[in-house]
Amino acid sequence: MRILVGVKRVIDYAVSIRVKPDFSGVVKDNVKMSMNPFDEIALEAGVKLKEAGVATEIVSVSIGPEKSVDILRTALAKGSDRAIHIQHDENVEVEPLAVAKLLKKVVEKEQPQMVLLGKQAIDDDACQTPQILSSLLKWQQATFASKIDVSEDKSTAEVTREVDGGLETLKIKLPAVVSCDLRLNEPRFANLKAIMAAKKKPLEVLKMGEMGVDTENRIKVLKVTEPQKRQGGGKVADVNELYDKLKNEAKLL
Amino acid sequence: MFKRVVPICKTLTNSRSKAISRYYSSLNSEQIEMQSMARDFSEKELFPNAAKWDREKIFPIETLRQSAELGFGGIYVSEEYGGTGLTRLDASVIFEQLSMGCPSTTAYITIHNMCCWMIDSFGTHEQKQKYLPQLCSMEKFASYCLTEPGSGSDAASLKTRATDKGDHYELTGEKAFISGAGASDIYLIMARTGPSGDINTSKQHKGISCFIVEKDSLTFGKNEHKLGWNSQPTRSVVMDACKVPKENLLGGEGEGFKIAMKGLDGGRINIGTCSLGGAQKCFDLAVDYVKNRKQFNTSLSGFQNVQFKLADMATDLEASRLLIRQAAVSLDNKETDSGVKCAMAKRFATDKCFNVVNDALQMHGGYGYLNDYPIERYLRDLRVHSILEGTNEVMRMIISKPLVTK
Repeated sequence: MRILVGVKRVIDYAVSIRVKPDFSGVVKDNVKMSMNPFDEIALEAGVKLKEAGVATEIVSVSIGPEKSVDILRTALAKGSDRAIHIQHDENVEVEPLAVAKLLKKVVEKEQPQMVLLGKQAIDDDACQTPQILSSLLKWQQATFASKIDVSEDKSTAEVTREVDGGLETLKIKLPAVVSCDLRLNEPRFANLKAIMAAKKKPLEVLKMGEMGVDTENRIKVLKVTEPQKRQGGGKVADVNELYDKLKNEAKLL
Repeated sequence: MFKRVVPICKTLTNSRSKAISRYYSSLNSEQIEMQSMARDFSEKELFPNAAKWDREKIFPIETLRQSAELGFGGIYVSEEYGGTGLTRLDASVIFEQLSMGCPSTTAYITIHNMCCWMIDSFGTHEQKQKYLPQLCSMEKFASYCLTEPGSGSDAASLKTRATDKGDHYELTGEKAFISGAGASDIYLIMARTGPSGDINTSKQHKGISCFIVEKDSLTFGKNEHKLGWNSQPTRSVVMDACKVPKENLLGGEGEGFKIAMKGLDGGRINIGTCSLGGAQKCFDLAVDYVKNRKQFNTSLSGFQNVQFKLADMATDLEASRLLIRQAAVSLDNKETDSGVKCAMAKRFATDKCFNVVNDALQMHGGYGYLNDYPIERYLRDLRVHSILEGTNEVMRMIISKPLVTK
């Protein structure tokens, strides 16, 4: 059973983000970049399935500029067997719809039984790619997974999802798209030997422009600003004043 | 001129495994990956626990074994016996990241690595097979025993006696300030097989041999109360007619001092590296602090004296790093003057980096003095680096000797 894992190169979660002076985006120069934390969890889930004898091959794929190859190397070091890099130019933004279309192309070639993705990327927090991909493929989907169990005959999987009301367990037909949430597992550290061995694992580079996929942006970012600074609180005299503030100042009612 | 440039470029890109280039210039992609992984481990497993280990004097066995699973137990020990088979430069890159989290625990890991390397380099196939796999996995821990109550810098004047009893050796004596003692299972003990009359003569180092001694036959003093390095026990090791099998002699009789010194060459790069990592962490904390702290309605980072101080600290860190990495490359390339380079790197980095931490503490003002902030722990941990594995005074002896020898 082959599993495809999507990994994205994003700004490291620990970095203090700064907005660009022209409000067009955030500062990315000389900023530490890492694998999206939810993608690390997805990769770990795939590797665990391989270690359990359920999956036979893990293929990692990343869509990004030249430097995304570092993320794929990390994926190879952490247990991926092969990697595919869909490369585009620097400073090109690729939206979830385009990512899903590109992943669909890869799926058509690689024929995996499961696509594991992080639930969302921590840079855009879009949380759309898994859902769009499953729709394009006409596959079933299970998002925000906190537990994945594949059936003996590998035709179905039981996935526990974290939803607002609690935990929901779905039985889905494979092949399927599963997006991974925080409590699914704790990603391992790659050990030194694996890091050295990763160099010998196959890494295929494809050019995004040559894949026959429409990756044109449909969304235009108008402005990026910092969130409002936290103001001090205040005391209200009575319920009427509270109602007045909620309605007229905070505009929540 | 171009013709000479091309071969150098070839060697720089073909940089897998042993250092081929004579000069350190930058890290290759695998080293960057290892550095990143070590940093992750340091941030997640070392830094959050270091204060507790220091306060409660915990030797963090589980975490150490976890680090060994990642390959940190025998980084430059051959793969044949369970090591990771990497270079001194790779090790320095890794230890620097680990030391950012906890210099004390990292220093112990480097000592353990040094002992493994000594067995790997000078041991017989049987000795390596017997001891290295369990040491590389940190199922067992190792300690290095050279110093005695009466011999520190004058290491070669050591008195521990090893008597040949035919089918075994008998060791009697005492070692002092031994890192890991009591917790370790294997002890590399330097003892005198040659005549006691040679002590305090120019022949004194020739009569020293190195023994692999297992824990059961040894007794230990109390765990010393120290200024820092509290996550490792430090005890004296006492031998009272301690029986050591003949096959546990490491190298030949009389080779012990040479083995001990060769171990220390690499050990010096490691201790310098531990200073570097600790100082880098404190520097990063200081930079963050001065950007946020305001006095006189200005961020501290707006004052030129603070800016200039940071500039000097950054320069000292960079210089320390380059000296250490170049010494590592020189040792990997087995250059004849690598001993001097290691001494220079250790002397420079331990001194400069202690001052960087001290400056970082000053920049934190009163907060720097509190236990709640990590800086004072780094100060206490780094203070001993200019003393052990050869005092910085001994480093100057090593560096000046070839200069003044006629």
